[in-house]
Amino acid sequence: MTYRKDAFPYLILLPTIVYLIAFLGYPLIQTFILAFTSESGTFGNFQRLMDTGDFWKALKNTILITGIIVPLQLVLAIALALFVNMRFKGYSLILYIISIPLALSDVSAALMSYNIFAPTGYLNKILLKLGVLDRPLYFFGYMFQNREFWIIVLTEVWRATPLVFVIILAGLQSINKEYLEAADVFGFSNWQKLRKIILPLLKPSIMSALLIRTLFAFQIFGVVWLLAGRDILILAGEAYYWHNNVNDPHMSSAYAIVIASVSLAISWFYISILRSKELEGGQK
Amino acid sequence: MIKKVFIVFVSILVIVWFLTPVVLIVLASLTPSEDYYNQNRILPRKLTLDHLYKLFVVLNGWRATLNSLQVAGMAIGLSFLTGLPAGYVLTRYVFPGKNAIRLSILLTRSFPTLIIAVPLIMIYLKLGISDTLFSVALAHTSFILPFVVLITTSILSGISVEYEEAGMIFGLSRFGAFMRITLPLALPGLAASAIFAFIMSWNEVFISSILTFVNRTLPAQILNTAMTSPDYFKFAAGTIMAIPAMTFIFFTRKYLMSMWGISLK
Repeated sequence: MTYRKDAFPYLILLPTIVYLIAFLGYPLIQTFILAFTSESGTFGNFQRLMDTGDFWKALKNTILITGIIVPLQLVLAIALALFVNMRFKGYSLILYIISIPLALSDVSAALMSYNIFAPTGYLNKILLKLGVLDRPLYFFGYMFQNREFWIIVLTEVWRATPLVFVIILAGLQSINKEYLEAADVFGFSNWQKLRKIILPLLKPSIMSALLIRTLFAFQIFGVVWLLAGRDILILAGEAYYWHNNVNDPHMSSAYAIVIASVSLAISWFYISILRSKELEGGQK
Repeated sequence: MIKKVFIVFVSILVIVWFLTPVVLIVLASLTPSEDYYNQNRILPRKLTLDHLYKLFVVLNGWRATLNSLQVAGMAIGLSFLTGLPAGYVLTRYVFPGKNAIRLSILLTRSFPTLIIAVPLIMIYLKLGISDTLFSVALAHTSFILPFVVLITTSILSGISVEYEEAGMIFGLSRFGAFMRITLPLALPGLAASAIFAFIMSWNEVFISSILTFVNRTLPAQILNTAMTSPDYFKFAAGTIMAIPAMTFIFFTRKYLMSMWGISLK
């Protein structure tokens, strides 16, 4: 009887653990095996990958997109969270509206963006009507890679800022009101309150928001694939391309491994910063 | 006074920024094609359901939609069937290795799921289930299940054990106490997490497009056909994708903060 009782939690957890091993762990190992087998030795795929200019372009673009959107989203999200946290009348409606993009896929966000910036899209129509332009401005196509890039950045900022916003707002709401009241007693200005109290206390939320956003940004796929195709190369897009268009699961897996390793490095980087900050600050 | 003006001004800015793309794609999907391709016409003269109808009925969009619903349904069912008891055990029992198990489940969340897609095809080929909706559901379960375990852990730990214990004193079994007391209390939160799980599966595009060719889910179908079809079909597709997700999130807005907090941590 006691044996049964002891084994019970493990028995209940067993299906979950087995499932995750079978459908995450095992495929993960297979990805490694695929990536590290080729006709030209263990590192053949990676050798091939580095020899092509495409890989470096994809790496550069992915890093560039991540590097631009993540800080932008953080600043916007903090501003939005501070605004909503003023708890004015009707703030819950604003909260819902901000959270709408959370429910949208990258596919629909990309199509929304295309709708605005297409040659016959709303932006062109309005600008033509106003007489600002005399022929439509093109944003998409191989010749307009620069513009495509910025449309992608804009779309991602629109789509994923709410994700950061929700985390920051949750952090804001958990700040003890007494600290701010004490600051009022000492005559702090709003700016001082933000700099000296709110932002330092928000640090854990900011760090986890940054970590999550950086990880997701590094896997960016749908928006780029729909809006620019392979005009703008990105890592996940190349993994997809090598699999679906070239039929080479080995190269595709090599790309997947690159994405996973960089993700791991990013997580490790953030977590170690978080740790050292915690140590500096003593108990908290 | 100044504060009030500021709030109204920023609110309008926020509403315009976040709603314009959504409103415009719905409008575009209802615009007759001659008005859409007429550079001088910003607002359509009349609205039409033509594009939505054609995409949905004539071009078999309903099949892809149905596929998406089936995949999401199976993934949610599978995730809750295994994840809910796991979450229960993780909150109500103390046993060696508990934290390690919880931490490893948490770790799977920071894992780029696209990495498992390619080997899964070969596994599915061996199992004889390649290019089926069930196989996509299995893949989606691998990232929805950890979410369900973590979310039920947090929901159940918010419900006092004492209710359950009181029930057991009055003669309910542990299972009976869970079914009759804890589950009804947890139900709203669980329903909200099911909706979040639905949105995760409904929106997932990379794995679905790699795993299927014939039986494509809606986002996979759009990803592979949208850019070669006329513009108004793109917008109809975007609208069909967006509406259910937006409606669902409206009903769960109360849980928004806690849900994303957990799903992302």
